[in-house]
Amino acid sequence: MENVYLTIVLAPLIGAIVAGFFGGRIGRRGAHRATIAGVAVSAGLSLWVLSRFIWGDQPVFNDTVYTWMVSDGMRFEVGFLIDKLTAVMMATVTFVSLMVHIYTIGYMADDEHNWPHGALTGKNSYQRFFSYISLFTFSMLMLVMSNNFMQLFFGWEAVGLVSYLLIGFWSTRESAIFANLKAFLVNRVGDFGFILGIAAVGMYFGSMDYVEVFGAAPGHAETQVDLFGGVSLMTLICVLLFIGAMGKSAQVPLHVWLPDSMEGPTPISALIHAATMVTAGVFMVARMSPLYELSEAALSFVLIVGATTAFFMGLIGLVQNDIKRVVAYSTLSQLGYMVTALGASAYAAGIFHLMTHAFFKALLFLAAGSVIIAMHHKQDIRDMGGLFKHMPITWVTALLGTLALIGFPGFSGFFSKDAIIEAVHASQVTGSGYASLLLTAGVFVTALYSFRMYFLVFHGKERMDEHTKHHLHETPWVVTLPLLMLAIPSVFIGWYAIEPMLIGDWWASGDWNPIVVAHEHDTLHHLRENWHGQAEFVHHGLGGLPFILAMTGLIMATIVWWLIHKWNPRIDDQLQALGGPVTRVLQDKYGFDDFNQRVFAGGGRRLGRLFWQTGDRALIDGAVVNGSARTVGRFALQARHLQTGYLYHYAIAMIVGLVGLLTVFVTF
Amino acid sequence: MNDFPLLTLTIWLPILGGLVVLANGEKSRDLSRWTALAFATLTFLVSLGLWIGFDASTAQMQFVERSPWIPTFNVEYFLGVDGISMPLIVLTTFITIFVVIAGWEVIKYKQTQYLAAFLIMDGIMVGVFSALDAVLFYVFWEAMLIPMFIIIGVWGGPNRVYATIKFFLYTFFGSVFMLIALIYMYFQSGSFSILDFHSLQLGMTAQTLIFIAFLLAFAVKVPMFPVHTWLPDAHVEAPTGGSVILAAIMLKIGGYGFLRFSLPITPDASASLDWLIIALSLIAIVYIGFVALVQQDMKKLIAYSSIAHMGFVTLGFFIVFSILANPAVDSGSVMGIEGGMVQMISHGFISGALFLCVGVLYDRVHSREIADYGGVINTMPWFGAFMVYFAMANAGLPGTSGFVGEFMVILATFKADFWWAFLAATTLILAAAFTLWMVKRVVFGEVKNEKVAALADLDIRERINLGVLAAAVLALGLWPAPLMNVMHATVENLVTQVSVCKLPDAERGQCELMRPEAVAAVAVRSE
Repeated sequence: MENVYLTIVLAPLIGAIVAGFFGGRIGRRGAHRATIAGVAVSAGLSLWVLSRFIWGDQPVFNDTVYTWMVSDGMRFEVGFLIDKLTAVMMATVTFVSLMVHIYTIGYMADDEHNWPHGALTGKNSYQRFFSYISLFTFSMLMLVMSNNFMQLFFGWEAVGLVSYLLIGFWSTRESAIFANLKAFLVNRVGDFGFILGIAAVGMYFGSMDYVEVFGAAPGHAETQVDLFGGVSLMTLICVLLFIGAMGKSAQVPLHVWLPDSMEGPTPISALIHAATMVTAGVFMVARMSPLYELSEAALSFVLIVGATTAFFMGLIGLVQNDIKRVVAYSTLSQLGYMVTALGASAYAAGIFHLMTHAFFKALLFLAAGSVIIAMHHKQDIRDMGGLFKHMPITWVTALLGTLALIGFPGFSGFFSKDAIIEAVHASQVTGSGYASLLLTAGVFVTALYSFRMYFLVFHGKERMDEHTKHHLHETPWVVTLPLLMLAIPSVFIGWYAIEPMLIGDWWASGDWNPIVVAHEHDTLHHLRENWHGQAEFVHHGLGGLPFILAMTGLIMATIVWWLIHKWNPRIDDQLQALGGPVTRVLQDKYGFDDFNQRVFAGGGRRLGRLFWQTGDRALIDGAVVNGSARTVGRFALQARHLQTGYLYHYAIAMIVGLVGLLTVFVTF
Repeated sequence: MNDFPLLTLTIWLPILGGLVVLANGEKSRDLSRWTALAFATLTFLVSLGLWIGFDASTAQMQFVERSPWIPTFNVEYFLGVDGISMPLIVLTTFITIFVVIAGWEVIKYKQTQYLAAFLIMDGIMVGVFSALDAVLFYVFWEAMLIPMFIIIGVWGGPNRVYATIKFFLYTFFGSVFMLIALIYMYFQSGSFSILDFHSLQLGMTAQTLIFIAFLLAFAVKVPMFPVHTWLPDAHVEAPTGGSVILAAIMLKIGGYGFLRFSLPITPDASASLDWLIIALSLIAIVYIGFVALVQQDMKKLIAYSSIAHMGFVTLGFFIVFSILANPAVDSGSVMGIEGGMVQMISHGFISGALFLCVGVLYDRVHSREIADYGGVINTMPWFGAFMVYFAMANAGLPGTSGFVGEFMVILATFKADFWWAFLAATTLILAAAFTLWMVKRVVFGEVKNEKVAALADLDIRERINLGVLAAAVLALGLWPAPLMNVMHATVENLVTQVSVCKLPDAERGQCELMRPEAVAAVAVRSE
């Protein structure tokens, strides 16, 4: 099997190398064929592996590919751990990646217009883009397939690198290169915690290997570390690792990079900044469930951070007017849901939502991209409207994606989101009441901003300028095919996957279970005990509060942004004005950006200047180095008066010296 | 095989080459260039023989050559390498090739002498790494200053006189004290052999004084805070090749000195003063990181970045004692030293490449100011790709060599103290901030001015230079095991050496206070 897994990882890498280094020679067609072939191989094999896990009897694979190095008795290896958790991630990542690859053919078709005339970077930019997204697929697979912490960190940073390259893809735009630097640095703040977490694992477990560490973890459950007046080792490790996840999965307060990352081309917003990379943190915590289960404090921290993100980021989505930014804030909010599930020990529900979200959010982003193509790269939803007539496929698929997002009964998002809300409701860890409240209220917010966008884009008056309006048409098949392909799982995957993923003990293969839940943390047991099939679950959901809230949101959105907006197009502005200070706070995004800009970016520069001017220049160079040189100089200036050049001066000095020496010798 | 004087050849071949090139005179540029390249390449190939013939299973000195030099004082021509010096020698001969290639076109003024200076420098630096006689070491150590002095003084920038004097006085100041320490130890042991120094039993006072003498010499070379201010000035004024050698090799000599002299000769003084080195290293990482952030001059920025990265080297070397003293952990000290070593090799590649990158721009625009650039990638895509790549390596991206050493040192430091590791790990943010912010302003963005618009992309020579270094950075990042394997035996032996108490019996008590493990180790051995 090792060869199969190696092929899955390396096929996209080979595609990336071919398109990246020989893009100029093989041309556009060669580049997209090479990369799509690579990712298709990878996706095909991943699905096959997953199917063998589902219907066959695929054994868990845990083996080393090569030894990176050995130092001090600790082995650092590159290897794979393939169990059901990995298989689900691999299939999700490669499938979405394949769809995005195909879509990119259409989206980047006239990319030369995005570059200034004569810029050499605009040459072969199409091939370069394909190379990057294939490289991303490779990196993401390295991350999810890893069997050790070191390789996890490699994948973790490698996806960060590709994200950096892709956000700043249009490198002549100031906003893009600001956003990519910001994204990288904010992620590095998370990685700062992450690497300390890995170092803690290294110190106490003496190994980087997952299985070894997980096996030894229960023995360290009571270990205390002499920090902050005594803290449990597991809490320390889990919180540090989670800080890494907060960066990568954009949780408050390290979420600030994700909305700005929308400066990148839309296909990567779908692939990297919605479906896969940003869920790496969720995956990581689920993978580390044997560790997190040993620290209630860490779980509580995860829960509170997640719930805060889920609700408060969703609210910002209400006041955004850029189509991509609305979806971006929705992504933040949904990531918050997944993270909250982890905090409630419902790792399976978190991964389940990760998967359904990957499909419907990739779909929504790609649909937004399709709209952007049709709108000639205008992204303000206030200037859209009535697009349903012109782009039927985009319209229908976007509607399906939106329904999945708000958790409309029967759609995939319904199953995963309801499961999370129930699990959090059942959770007993500190902060679960707060989390439960926010998640439930969040359902209303989700429905409201989602359908606000939907109606403003697809219905109502056509508010675009005449030229754009005249050219409106459905996008080519390479764009619509991925929409259709993603719409299928967005609608159905929840129905089919909920039973194995949440109800049964599907995750375990033999005696290996990737998702470990302590008995007292088992928040999904209600769901399991009351399980009478999907239809019953849907039926039960119809009576629940989340459903009522979602419907209220949907209906309110319909009334405001469809019915009222038709005869009063200024309703959106009026409502926002009505919000007053609340709207302003939301439009300022709670002031995170200003604060970071002023305190961290500005403060860092001021501190640097202070150190440099006073420390290096004034103190060390000014006072000590050049100061001592000046002192020597001044001394020499005086001393040289002795060197008069008159013979009698020297003669006298000699005589005085001679007498002096004689006196000394005689006396002592 | 071991009878063949491979080390002598590696030292004197480039020096001979330098003389041959000088003898060519300035008449034919091509003749001098090709001769220089041939000698540099040949030296590298010869030094590869050291790697191939190296026996990684032993900590013994290998390729030893020993013959009397000044018998009156028992001074010998004594050469040999172990797992610490051998990789550094190969790095030296490797980097010299790129310096020769980088000076191919752009050095117009007295090119023959320029190339000769670097070849001679090559031999001298190999001499420093392979000398096992203290006098021989000292001769090479001081001789190194001369070509560098000339390189900066003749081919340097407008403020070169200030920079050379500063550079010379700073380093000379440090090494005088080292000489005194060496002579003192000669009187104690009756020999100048460094290996004999290693087995000297010294009292705490003597150890402390020797330690401080060495510290002054090596701290200036590394350079450590607060004796680092010569480096940015020297780099700014040095020609590209000078900067590359300075950053890639000469700084490593300070780090090498700590491993060859300070740790094994004065382990007890090192243990009692390790807090000082650790504090200075952490200051180098954090304080210098902030200073680097606000530099306006690309070379200064990379120079400051070098200081911060070298902070990891000294941190890794001196974290050993705290780990040995920590009863909660039973390993980690080897990883610290090995991490420091990897960091030195990796920094040789990355800083060398970054200075070559700045050189590429300087050759075309004659400015090192960040503000004079912007959107370079629009006219120089190849260059931009390399620059981003090396910047990422400088920021310690996993998969590049820059990650390996930092990762190991952070892992080791964590075993000593959480907060030290915390401060060390800030480099993840700081290094990314100062490097990538520079990249943003220089490489990305719209074409800033006409000079940038008129830039020509890398020529074939520049592509080869940067391409080979890029491959080296990647190879070491993806598979550091081969490098680690040659060091293991030597480093493990070194750790054993430093964990043994060297104080005379009357002062043994002090060992117990600082290193309970060390005394235990001695006890075990005596049984």
